[in-house]
Amino acid sequence: MLFAVISGFVLAVLVPRLSSVLGAKIGWCLALLPAVLFGYFLTFWAQVTNGQVVLLSHEWIPSLGINLNFMVDGLSLMFALLITGIGTFIFIYAGCYLQGHKDIHKLLMYLLAFMGAMLGLVLSSNLISLFIFWELTSFTSYLLIGFNHEQEKARKAALQGLFITAGGGLALMAGLILLGHLGGSFELNELLAQGTDIQQQPLFLAMMVLVLLGAFTKSAQTPFHFWLPNAMAAPTPVSAYLHSATMVKAGVYLMARLQPMMAGSEAWMLTLSLFGGVTMTVGALMAACSTDLKRILAFSTIMALGTLTMLIGIGTPHALEAAMVFLLAHALYKGALFMAAGTLDHATGTKDVRDLGGLRKYMPQTTLFIALAALSLAGIPPLFGFIAKELMFESALGAPWLSGLLIGLSVITAIGIVAAAALVAIKPFYGALKPTPKTPHEAPLSLRLGFTILAIVGLLLGLMPGLVTPLLQAAVTAIGGGPAAEPELALWHGFNLPLLLSGLALLCGGLLYHYWERVRDPLAAALRPLAYGPERGYERMMDGLVALAQWQTRILQNGYMTHYILTILLTTIALLAYAFWSEDAFVYSLSFEGVRFYEVVISLLMIVAVVYAGATHLRLGSVAAIGVLGFAMAMIYVFFSAPDLAITQVLVETLTVIMLVLVLFRLPGFQYLSSPLVRCRDAAVAGAFGVLVTMMVLTVNQSSLPGEGITAYLVENSYVAAHGRNIVNVILVDFRALDTLGEIFVLALAAIGVNAMIRFRWETQK
Amino acid sequence: MRSDNSIILQTATRLLVPLLLLFSVFLLLRGHNEPGGGFIAGLVASSAFALHLFAFDASSTRKLLKVESQLLMGAGLLLALLSGMVGVVFRGQPFLTSQWGTFYVPGIGELAVSTPLLFDIGVYLVVIGVVSTILLSLDKVEE
Repeated sequence: MLFAVISGFVLAVLVPRLSSVLGAKIGWCLALLPAVLFGYFLTFWAQVTNGQVVLLSHEWIPSLGINLNFMVDGLSLMFALLITGIGTFIFIYAGCYLQGHKDIHKLLMYLLAFMGAMLGLVLSSNLISLFIFWELTSFTSYLLIGFNHEQEKARKAALQGLFITAGGGLALMAGLILLGHLGGSFELNELLAQGTDIQQQPLFLAMMVLVLLGAFTKSAQTPFHFWLPNAMAAPTPVSAYLHSATMVKAGVYLMARLQPMMAGSEAWMLTLSLFGGVTMTVGALMAACSTDLKRILAFSTIMALGTLTMLIGIGTPHALEAAMVFLLAHALYKGALFMAAGTLDHATGTKDVRDLGGLRKYMPQTTLFIALAALSLAGIPPLFGFIAKELMFESALGAPWLSGLLIGLSVITAIGIVAAAALVAIKPFYGALKPTPKTPHEAPLSLRLGFTILAIVGLLLGLMPGLVTPLLQAAVTAIGGGPAAEPELALWHGFNLPLLLSGLALLCGGLLYHYWERVRDPLAAALRPLAYGPERGYERMMDGLVALAQWQTRILQNGYMTHYILTILLTTIALLAYAFWSEDAFVYSLSFEGVRFYEVVISLLMIVAVVYAGATHLRLGSVAAIGVLGFAMAMIYVFFSAPDLAITQVLVETLTVIMLVLVLFRLPGFQYLSSPLVRCRDAAVAGAFGVLVTMMVLTVNQSSLPGEGITAYLVENSYVAAHGRNIVNVILVDFRALDTLGEIFVLALAAIGVNAMIRFRWETQK
Repeated sequence: MRSDNSIILQTATRLLVPLLLLFSVFLLLRGHNEPGGGFIAGLVASSAFALHLFAFDASSTRKLLKVESQLLMGAGLLLALLSGMVGVVFRGQPFLTSQWGTFYVPGIGELAVSTPLLFDIGVYLVVIGVVSTILLSLDKVEE
């Protein structure tokens, strides 16, 4: 299991090498991995559909309670199968779609890493590792949206997606930690076993809001929905995989996952059904009045995410069942539609439905299968989408509250989505042929394979829903918190209200499509505040953020060495003075007993050196005086038997003087450039700093530090445990090796910085 | 630098540089039990290169280093990291847990090897790399 999750990341590293070896076949070859993983996850089918939950455990950071524990139940198995199954076709598709693109290996690399992260997300049973995979999906999504990074639009969309999802991720992190503390465990299976007890905790509501912020941003719920249509700047395989079939469903997954704990909470149910209902309506209507194929599909994805959220919010067993059926149906038809839309773009050079028409004769296969997928989207029998839509209507009718409102929203949604489906499947293919940038032609097999198979599966499941009912039952069991009845999925449920509503929606949707040219503009105008208002808010916030950053950079990072030093010293002075004043901490006792003669001499020498360094007009003299200070310090180390420190001090002093000498004679002659007032200020700051540091040293000498036992421990264990008699060295390379590692990294960074700065000036001067 | 200046310095440097480098290795290896260690040894070795830079010029110091100074930093960091990974990979212990072992080397006898020593060698390389990178780039300003 661990290997199944990690294999995506491992293969991702190898892609650049593989792509030069395999050339054009790279897509087909990489598709083998998700295909094999799909087979691997199928082996869990029997166990999981029997009602078992498979737990696999790997310790990661046991001391912090962070483990790589994986859990396979109905819900995670369904997601894992979707991720790997659709992933297989996506890789084949991407290999052809971007054939010859100079960065194709990067795209495939990110896609593989994403697949690994997504699998980790849905299989994790530890909250912390779940969160880490969650963030990894946001991050890979950022890289993928920004794939065409030469375009400003793509960069902007990538940043927007990252900002919204990672911002929500921050809230989610707080929420998950809170959840772990409230429930007393970071393991999902232990938390789920507690049932709804967690709702009694006083901080339950805060936790819920934080978790939902994470889930809503990820799953593009209104008012955070705007990042998803913009994310269509990514190449089509990415949109098909991340931004419709898998990643955006992570939020839905999380809500479904936590449903057994949240069930019955009014706040949870109300928030989810209201936000979900509004999101789905906005999505459906925006889909119906967009013109870009991919944007139409993106808005219809928002519709689907809203529907799923609403169904989880309604929370009746029937609604949960509807959610799972809808999830499966949507992944199938939306993956197919995106790939088909990309194929259209590939074959004709445009994605605007207004510029497409009459392609039926040129692309017969695409026409057929896009129609099949679109029928499923519109919810027309005998496709799987129809079953999902019927169940949705039934659930809205059976909602414990707000039933009327939810039914109304559902019907509007269905109308919009029928029109959107017609826009995608009918408009480009029928009517008069319109001139396109490229001569239309049927696409190669590797482009068509994915959507052909997904569309056929959609039809197959509509005719024989029994194929997946065991899995759906297991999934509903997982989110319902108890054994669920076997879902009764059928195309014909008798003549009832849902069927009537379906018919009504179909009729109105058909009319909407018929009058589309006339209705589109007024509808879009009416929706503008709801659809684009949040985006404008986001842009205003970003502008404010940038302005704030510029302001504080001007203040803090102004490029003057004097200001930096002054800022650091003044901050330290203020903090130290505050600590002394508020704690009334200053204690000292001075005794000059036992002070040896040569210590006095060294101290006097240091004072003279410091005064000279400050007063002289000679740079070399100043450097030499500071050198004297350093060597005198080394002498003091020697007196107090610290040879290692003394040697280091001597060597560092030597090298510092050498470096200073190297730059010294490049500097212009000595001059007074600052006014007397500024010099007085500097003297005052320096004096205050010196006084405070002296006070601190005196006080520290008097107080006993926490961790008194550490010194004794180090002395005792240095030879016994670490085989070294030089305690200083043992501390550096063994006891506190991690600190040393950090320090040498900082050293290396500093050297790179010096090198870069000097080389930059050197090269610009040349 | 001013390569035409001091024959005395150049001659002394030719003798001193090998001695200083040898001394730095000595300090590095004894560091665990006596004063010394990677950081100090690295500084000694760096001062040898600094001396060389003063006596000759940057290009001959680069030649003496044999490799790019940045490469030394990278190699040192990598070595320090890998020494920490030994315990993780072979024993499943936390990162940077020390591992100790002795090998029999024909002709020399028992040889004690440990990951802290590898770590210290990493520190040594990083320090040499850092100081010589800074010195060489500062020297470049003059050209």
